[in-house]
Amino acid sequence: MTTLLPNQDVVFKGYDPEISRRLFASLRPYRRRFLLAVLLMLVSSAAAVAGPYLVKIAIDDGIGTGSLSVLRQTAILYLGIALVQWVATFLRVNIMAQVGQSIIYDLRSQLFSHLQELSLSFFSHYSVGRVITRVINDVGVLREFITWALLAVARDLFALVGIVIVMLNMNLRLSLLTFTVLPIMILTTLIFKRYARENYRQVRAAISWVNSVLAENINGVRVVQAFSREDNNYQYFHDDVNKNNLDVNLQAARIASGFPAVIDFLGAAATALVVWIGGISVINGPQGDAGEITAGVLVAFLLYINRFFDPIRDLSRRYDSFQSTMAGSERIFALLDAPVEVQDSPDVEQLPEIEGEIRFDSVSFHYQDTDPADPDPMVLEDLNLHIPAGKTIALVGETGAGKSTLIKLIARFHDPTEGRVLIDGYDLRHVSQASLRSQMGIVLQDPFLFNGTVAENIRFGRLDASDQQVQSAAEAVGADEFIQRLALGYDSPVEEGGAVLSVGQRQLISFARALLADPRILILDEATSSVDTQTERIIQEGLSLLLEGRTSFVIAHRLSTVINADIILVVQDGRIIEEGNHSDLLASGGYYYQLYSSGFEDKP
Amino acid sequence: MRALLRLRGFVRPYWNQVLLALLALALMTGISLTIPLIIREVIDEGLLNQDAQLLITAAILLLVIGIVRAGLMYGQRYLTERIAAQVGFDLRNRMYDHIQRLSFTYHDHAETGQLISRTIEDVRSIERFTGNGIVELIHLLLLFSGIVTLLYTANPRLATIALLPIIPLVLITGNFGRKIGDYFLAVDNSLGELSTRIQENVLGVQVVRAFAREPYEIDRFNKTNRILYNARVSVIGEWSRIMPTSHLLVILSTILILWFGGQMVISGEMTIGEVVAFNSYLIMLAEPARQLTWLVNMAGEAVAGVNRTFEVLDQQPAIRSPDGAIHLPSLTGRVEFRDVSLAYQGETSHALCEIDLEVLPNQVIALIGATGSGKTSLVNLIPRFYDSSHGAVLLDGIDVQDVELVSLRQQIGIVLQTSLLFSASIRENIAYGRPDAAEDEIIEAAKAAQAHEFILSFPAGYDTIVGERGVTLSGGQRQRVAIARALLMDPRILILDDSTSSVDMQTEQLIQKALWQLMEGRTTFVIAHRLSTVQRADLILVMEQGQVVEHGTHHELIKQDGLYREICDLQLRDRQKFQEEVRALEKSSNSVATSRHQEWEAE
Repeated sequence: MTTLLPNQDVVFKGYDPEISRRLFASLRPYRRRFLLAVLLMLVSSAAAVAGPYLVKIAIDDGIGTGSLSVLRQTAILYLGIALVQWVATFLRVNIMAQVGQSIIYDLRSQLFSHLQELSLSFFSHYSVGRVITRVINDVGVLREFITWALLAVARDLFALVGIVIVMLNMNLRLSLLTFTVLPIMILTTLIFKRYARENYRQVRAAISWVNSVLAENINGVRVVQAFSREDNNYQYFHDDVNKNNLDVNLQAARIASGFPAVIDFLGAAATALVVWIGGISVINGPQGDAGEITAGVLVAFLLYINRFFDPIRDLSRRYDSFQSTMAGSERIFALLDAPVEVQDSPDVEQLPEIEGEIRFDSVSFHYQDTDPADPDPMVLEDLNLHIPAGKTIALVGETGAGKSTLIKLIARFHDPTEGRVLIDGYDLRHVSQASLRSQMGIVLQDPFLFNGTVAENIRFGRLDASDQQVQSAAEAVGADEFIQRLALGYDSPVEEGGAVLSVGQRQLISFARALLADPRILILDEATSSVDTQTERIIQEGLSLLLEGRTSFVIAHRLSTVINADIILVVQDGRIIEEGNHSDLLASGGYYYQLYSSGFEDKP
Repeated sequence: MRALLRLRGFVRPYWNQVLLALLALALMTGISLTIPLIIREVIDEGLLNQDAQLLITAAILLLVIGIVRAGLMYGQRYLTERIAAQVGFDLRNRMYDHIQRLSFTYHDHAETGQLISRTIEDVRSIERFTGNGIVELIHLLLLFSGIVTLLYTANPRLATIALLPIIPLVLITGNFGRKIGDYFLAVDNSLGELSTRIQENVLGVQVVRAFAREPYEIDRFNKTNRILYNARVSVIGEWSRIMPTSHLLVILSTILILWFGGQMVISGEMTIGEVVAFNSYLIMLAEPARQLTWLVNMAGEAVAGVNRTFEVLDQQPAIRSPDGAIHLPSLTGRVEFRDVSLAYQGETSHALCEIDLEVLPNQVIALIGATGSGKTSLVNLIPRFYDSSHGAVLLDGIDVQDVELVSLRQQIGIVLQTSLLFSASIRENIAYGRPDAAEDEIIEAAKAAQAHEFILSFPAGYDTIVGERGVTLSGGQRQRVAIARALLMDPRILILDDSTSSVDMQTEQLIQKALWQLMEGRTTFVIAHRLSTVQRADLILVMEQGQVVEHGTHHELIKQDGLYREICDLQLRDRQKFQEEVRALEKSSNSVATSRHQEWEAE
């Protein structure tokens, strides 16, 4: 089974500085606090440096001279400085925690909001598992870096600059000698970066793959068990998906362990170099130039070399985590950059309360091409349609004829490729999506319910509805009776894959949800396909009342649902081939007639 | 911390690697201590005695030490990462397998997002700890006891005084560990909750859009996001108190040494050199003390992870093959329900109530009844998706609870109400139950399910990828692939749960014809609402509120004045109305469709 091939992730096309720039841009709202944290870091660093000096004074001037008062004063001063350090560290860590977590909060929030704007086609190409990886795991990678590494990098850079100045002041020649390893270090870093980036991309993709396969297996667990696929699927997960994750992580471990080891070695090499060349020149005596090296200078220098390499070692570790962060950020930004297909224009109008008159003006539509070389075929072609307000329209035709697409254009899930869709004369592209959809009720074939109670699910249609209104809506669709029979009635939990509610019952709840919204336009896409005949009859009796005064669209395969419609549209291959009411269409003896005469051709 | 002990089994296979990493770390610490010695030698001997040879030797020695240390460093880091990755690998495998084997009842109540989060994020926290955490923790303990021993051998009295602040250090660190446990649980729970929110919003995206509920959903997401934020900030808040405090306590030790040690020097009990040396040992404690808080932090995260993952792993699948399970022989297809009742977990009312039923091999049984009357519940007991609360289901006289699950389910073909396909090629989807099926068998099954034609209309044919990154099939197409998938199993018992409800009438006709052929020679349970399907069954069960209220053939039931008659009347009314309309049309314009009328009348 080659489910969910790996490496399908579109990688952000931008280059490193671009990602870093955007990463730092997310820091901008908190830059004051960040600067304060840097300041506090300097304070605690200064306090940390002062500590050993005070110890020296205590020993030399206090204990050395036998002066208890100096000893005590110094000790108390030391305690005071230690307290300052405590406060500075406490504040800094807290500030950075807030800054770091705020950035993470913002990013997750942005990603989720962006998901709410992306087109429906996006979701048919992007699995749940992958979305979860982006919002949870990839953002999680950033967290560590922002909270801890960012300041540490600043501290290391300060330390490095300070120590370089001291070294240069002390002795130019020895300094330059020490710095000879730097080009090798830079080269190593560049090589490391190349491998690390690619590898961390693979690491991110691998966990995304694990996530997708896992999510799919959980969502389809009933089918898995029905077909006894457990062993097979486990084998696949173990040998391919999870193994791939292990392999790329081990590869990452190799790279991440190798880099600091090399840097550490270069530090030792520099020390050896200074001992050797520096030592020889001390022995050979002064050369007479500016780079005079005395034994004392060399001793001091050797002590400083370690202080020079300490921040470099630390930076190399941070650089590793930075590379991982960049790989995560690439993917986060790739999702944030995914284009929004349907967007409210800046000069958007609010759709006022509508009558429900709908017009299709030479509408053609095809789904967005996933592959430019292979353009998607037209789903609707040059469609002209006028539907007066308050009518009931039935859409009839084969699966895939374009019925659902037509409805999706009315709800503006997509914008037409050509032509316009108008409601009460308003071009849908010029009104806000919220003002449009809040006047619509849609019941889909696949009744999706959210985790929550039955009442909450119905109330999803109108958040401020009273319990009484919720119940009335349920009664109207014949759902009240079975809801009352549940252990907790309207407060019964609707669980993700709950067995307690049948598909038909779920359809009824989603029907009630749409009715509660009291929409001007009601769309029923196979809304009662899994409902039994009697319940359907109950709904239909109530429906004529409910449909009154609303424009409604019904997609149904059952004649009983279609027969009472004011207008029946027969859709075939993206065109409307017949239009009229039931008796007109029967009389014309066309496709509609055929469709339904065959429908009753049941031979006992 | 008891939770961490549960990881023993997962770490045990890699103990040798843990020891090796520890060894490398210890050697590295040891070898680093030689560098100051060499440099002292360089200064004291090389420079003072102008010994160039010694300088060169020292330089070479430093280089060699550099190489060895780099090697050890690489080894130690790689090993710890490796241990982590392997433990993570094993745990994720266990989670994956365990989750997919948990029964329907478990999954009815579980949230996918939480399960994913536990398998990915919680395992990740555990992984981090088992690698770096364990090695560093042992290293730290060794280092700690080493330094303490050193201090006590140097001067027991001063050591006792200097180590006084270490006692509160240990106490507050322990307290810190306990406190952050709760925060990390909150972190993990909200991460799981966020996953669930995403999962729901991706799967239910159409509903959210349709009701313009984006602001509401964003608000809900951000509420959990805020809880996560607070939990994280709280953890670091604790941390921000503990980390500088441990540092402060170490400084306090130094101050105590200066204070009391200084007095001892002045009173002649100690020398300055001794105090300086004593202090330098103590300073060595600063780094481990700082690391300790890190490690406790890491461990706290791991504990929360262990609790959450083992909560899943501790769940025993409610339905599994019993000990000494019978391998179910090839069935003839006799199905019996003996006084079967079923109540779902958490529900007081019965989904099924005292069902007695005997089905002979190769019979077709139709189930009809209101939504939620128990039709699906009844058929779900045959492949043992649920166990009955009372009574027994027997196949060929064998209780389904006594047989090997695989041998049972492999003889049952199911087309579920919602036809879920996996993102793989159409071929792989059809062969889902029999991955070893031959090409022509797959094609045959597809043909029988009326799917062959539309599959070939795709450019990639049977290799067309379904779902993610592939073609999105319509409901009817999905349903036909699902039917082919069930047919390829060549099952003895076939269950069709409302499997044509989302298909248009013409396609339904095609599928129905195929299905009737396929029902030949198999015991078949059909759940359907349409009379056309139901009336041909050998036995019709009319269900109401979990009970079989009527049963018999179409002809028997139609004579009774019951629910079935009522349903028939409702559906026949449509048909009659339609026929009348056609007749009326014929009369008014007898030219329109005479031929069609004749076809019609031929019925």
